[in-house]
Amino acid sequence: MNDILINPDELSFLLWDWLRLDDLLASEGSDIDREAAEAILDLSHKVATDTFLPLFKLSDNREPYLENGQVHALPEIAHALRGYAELGLFSAGFSEELGGLGLPSLLSSASFAQFLAASLAVSAYPMLTTANARLIVTFGSEAQVDTFARPQIAGEWFGTMCLSEPQAGSNLADVATRAMPDGEDEWGARYRLHGNKMWISGGDHDLSGNIVHLVLAKIPDETGQIGQDTRGISLFIVPKVLPSGERNDIAVAGLNHKLGYRGTTNCLLNMGEGAEQPDGRAGALGWLVGAPGQGLPQMFQMMNEARLNVGLGAAAMGYRGYRHALHYSQERLQGSAPGAADKRSGPIIRHPDVRDMVMAAKCYGEGALALVLYCARLVDTAEQDEADDALLSLLTPVAKTWPSEWGLAADDLAIQVHGGYGYTRDFDVEQLWRDNRLNPIHEGTTGIQALDLVGRKIRRDTAGAFDMLDERVRAVAARAAGTALADLGQGLNAAWGRIVTVVAQLRGMDSVAAATNATGFLRAFGHVVVGWQWLDRALLCLDADPADALRAGKPWACRYFFEREIPKIDAWLRPVETGSQLLMEIPENAL
Amino acid sequence: MKILVPVKRVIDYNVKPRVKADGTGVDLANVKMSMNPFDEIAVEEAIRLKEKGVATEIVAVSVGPAKAQETLRTALAMGADRAILVQTDDEVEPLAVAKILKAIADEETPGLVILGKQAIDDDSNQTGQMLAALTGRPQGTFASEVTVDGDSVTVKREVDGGLETVKLTMPAIVTTDLRLNEPRYASLPNIMKAKSKPLANKTPADYGVDIAPRLKTLKVSEPPVRQAGVKVPDVDTLVAKIKELGIA
Ligand SMILES: Cc1cc2nc3c(=O)[nH]c(=O)nc-3n(C[C@H](O)[C@H](O)[C@H](O)COP(=O)(O)OP(=O)(O)OC[C@H]3O[C@@H](n4cnc5c(N)ncnc54)[C@H](O)[C@@H]3O)c2cc1C
Ligand SMILES: Cc1cc2nc3c(=O)[nH]c(=O)nc-3n(C[C@H](O)[C@H](O)[C@H](O)COP(=O)(O)OP(=O)(O)OC[C@H]3O[C@@H](n4cnc5c(N)ncnc54)[C@H](O)[C@@H]3O)c2cc1C
Repeated sequence: MNDILINPDELSFLLWDWLRLDDLLASEGSDIDREAAEAILDLSHKVATDTFLPLFKLSDNREPYLENGQVHALPEIAHALRGYAELGLFSAGFSEELGGLGLPSLLSSASFAQFLAASLAVSAYPMLTTANARLIVTFGSEAQVDTFARPQIAGEWFGTMCLSEPQAGSNLADVATRAMPDGEDEWGARYRLHGNKMWISGGDHDLSGNIVHLVLAKIPDETGQIGQDTRGISLFIVPKVLPSGERNDIAVAGLNHKLGYRGTTNCLLNMGEGAEQPDGRAGALGWLVGAPGQGLPQMFQMMNEARLNVGLGAAAMGYRGYRHALHYSQERLQGSAPGAADKRSGPIIRHPDVRDMVMAAKCYGEGALALVLYCARLVDTAEQDEADDALLSLLTPVAKTWPSEWGLAADDLAIQVHGGYGYTRDFDVEQLWRDNRLNPIHEGTTGIQALDLVGRKIRRDTAGAFDMLDERVRAVAARAAGTALADLGQGLNAAWGRIVTVVAQLRGMDSVAAATNATGFLRAFGHVVVGWQWLDRALLCLDADPADALRAGKPWACRYFFEREIPKIDAWLRPVETGSQLLMEIPENAL
Repeated sequence: MKILVPVKRVIDYNVKPRVKADGTGVDLANVKMSMNPFDEIAVEEAIRLKEKGVATEIVAVSVGPAKAQETLRTALAMGADRAILVQTDDEVEPLAVAKILKAIADEETPGLVILGKQAIDDDSNQTGQMLAALTGRPQGTFASEVTVDGDSVTVKREVDGGLETVKLTMPAIVTTDLRLNEPRYASLPNIMKAKSKPLANKTPADYGVDIAPRLKTLKVSEPPVRQAGVKVPDVDTLVAKIKELGIA
């Protein structure tokens, strides 16, 4: 069988040659050396192949179901995740004091990428659980950490993030769940929550001992009113089963039936409607995390991690699409290559159009993976280094969006390379596309990410993040001078020059005008960022041994990207450059 | 009781091997290597015997290049207590390995040596048997069940047509078959702990063993490509075809 997860050599190239994981480990004074890191990566590849990959299709075919108020998921998922927990993979990224190994984000992301590639749906449980636990560890009290975070770090309980409501998706100011004060106990200020939470991934299931919901809700003022903006939003720990052993007042009102990602349960949860009477009366019991009104800022701090993880999953799915496309095109015999004397059918990889598709998928898949790992490394240095922190913040909307959009495009191409077979469920590629289709939607849609990039990151760039990026991009372009990739260095300078000009324009416009073409700018910015990184990696491989196909292939991919992808930025940037307001000028009845 | 477990670094079982263009061997450049799967089973069995309180110490040994240290670390991370690397870059044949293992067994006096029945790179299926002969110890090869009782070990063997049970007086040699157990993964904390477990570096000369090859490889080639099948309408034609091909 072909290995369709992430090529361990590719990870090796990215981690050691490009991102200098050894320097990072040394600078952190980590106990982990290269040999141990490689053993961890090796293990991840193996366990993902043996235990998650078999659940890829199974969890898609056998969706979770709701029976008597309880959601049932595949027992096989529980088994795989128990194994994952026993190997210490839930806890790996946490400190030793919390039972982990303090793995740097770069290494744990690379390890996790294999699981994401094997099954996004199964990986979502540890992804949500570790993000939830990290939030409690960062902002919660000691008692909250001991009771609610530690069992999650051990992988015994799973966690969720409850932000969305039926009427509050992109706009969280519309959150209407109320939290009424209900005394105080060892876990802090206690509240009764009443409201409906929509789209909750992992919202209910029978895979773990308990489920810890982290819920955004508003505390009413003296008159009983809740605020209409995001400042009134607070964060609460609301467990399915209370520390007393009682069931909390949370009812599963329904399961959502999704296009993909089906192995992850997704629920509408009704809180505080009297389904249970914890401690004698209706109302879901929850404990406030941090100060009142701090819900969104706290959540946002963690959202960076969540967004990088969405990008990582999207990259892994896109990369896997590329691998399927590549293998299939080498094996499928159909038509003879153009100009070939032998008219019998040969492998389709010899057709220019198929090569085009495979190459695009490679550039998207590998480029996306590299982009997210680059940002994961910034997570490791951001704590000590303000410049890296600012750069990370600037790149986060790109690291979330670019893999989501172009990883999906890679999966689309993978279907096309498979011809009719790709359209069937006998092959994996249609599911890769379906699973990946969520990623441009959740954790902030592409449109919302664009507003974040233009509004918050570019126009309010007080830390000078864009200038730092500017330095890094120009340094790579300069390195290309005098090499076989000199023309691509010039190409990068030209494309980047346009971005710099547009950034100045965006900063000069009023905010409404700037927002109009934000999505086009995000696309162009993403493409140039990825082009910069492609050139950076290609320059490392100029002297690669031709027998080392992995490295020798990088300059080719880079050349392809600059010839066929970078020119696309013209269509995306031009409306910003000309200050077009066409989108808003069109009358609504002309839409 | 001490258990000695030899482990070999081989081409990963997922890799499709390619023969070198000059026909001198399999191309191992840039190819993923890992522990021979039968040896993983041997390590697992040793750990289970230790967990049952039968064994007290597990010593892993590898004969091979410096990189074989990684394979030993895997054994340590799974649960072996210490390791010995007998380092050589030369190709070692089963006889040379058996001689080195004999020397180590003389030094370490293990109650059991548990080996894989074969290594998936050369499929020799000889080392365990040779070691038994050199040490004069009883052997239970192709084990699918191993039970230690006092100073004897009962081994269920996978043989043509079924299972054979043998009872050996220890010290003894056991080689593992696929169904003996399902080896565990090394957990992350154990990978970290393995770094501080002792690993001794030796050479074949330390054991006075001459590892010069006794066999000469004439040529290594790819197996013939499978021919496309033909469909036959009925059993008679099938029989005729088989006769025609001289198979029956
Ligand atoms: C499978 C799945 C799992 C999910 N898991 C969770 C979870 O675990 N926890 C959780 O809290 N939520 C979860 N969500 C919810 C997810 O975050 C929301 O779907 C997302 O935020 C979008 O909100 P919405 O669906 O209400 O779409 P809407 O907000 O109605 O958006 C519809 C369209 O309008 C656009 N739009 C909306 N507002 C603006 C604006 N101001 N400017 C420009 N464009 C705008 C959007 O970009 C989008 O294209 C999940 C969703 C899905 C589908
Ligand atoms: C749902 C469905 C319904 C269908 N219904 C019918 C039907 O009713 N009747 C019927 O007869 N057929 C039907 N088909 C078959 C359909 O027409 C074929 O799937 C299609 O022609 C592609 O062939 P293929 O699937 O063998 O892909 P392939 O020909 O193997 O193509 C695989 C990839 O290689 C590329 N490729 C192949 N050859 C060349 C070349 N020479 N130059 C450049 N690129 C090349 C293709 O563009 C494609 O990207 C159906 C298919 C599907 C999926």
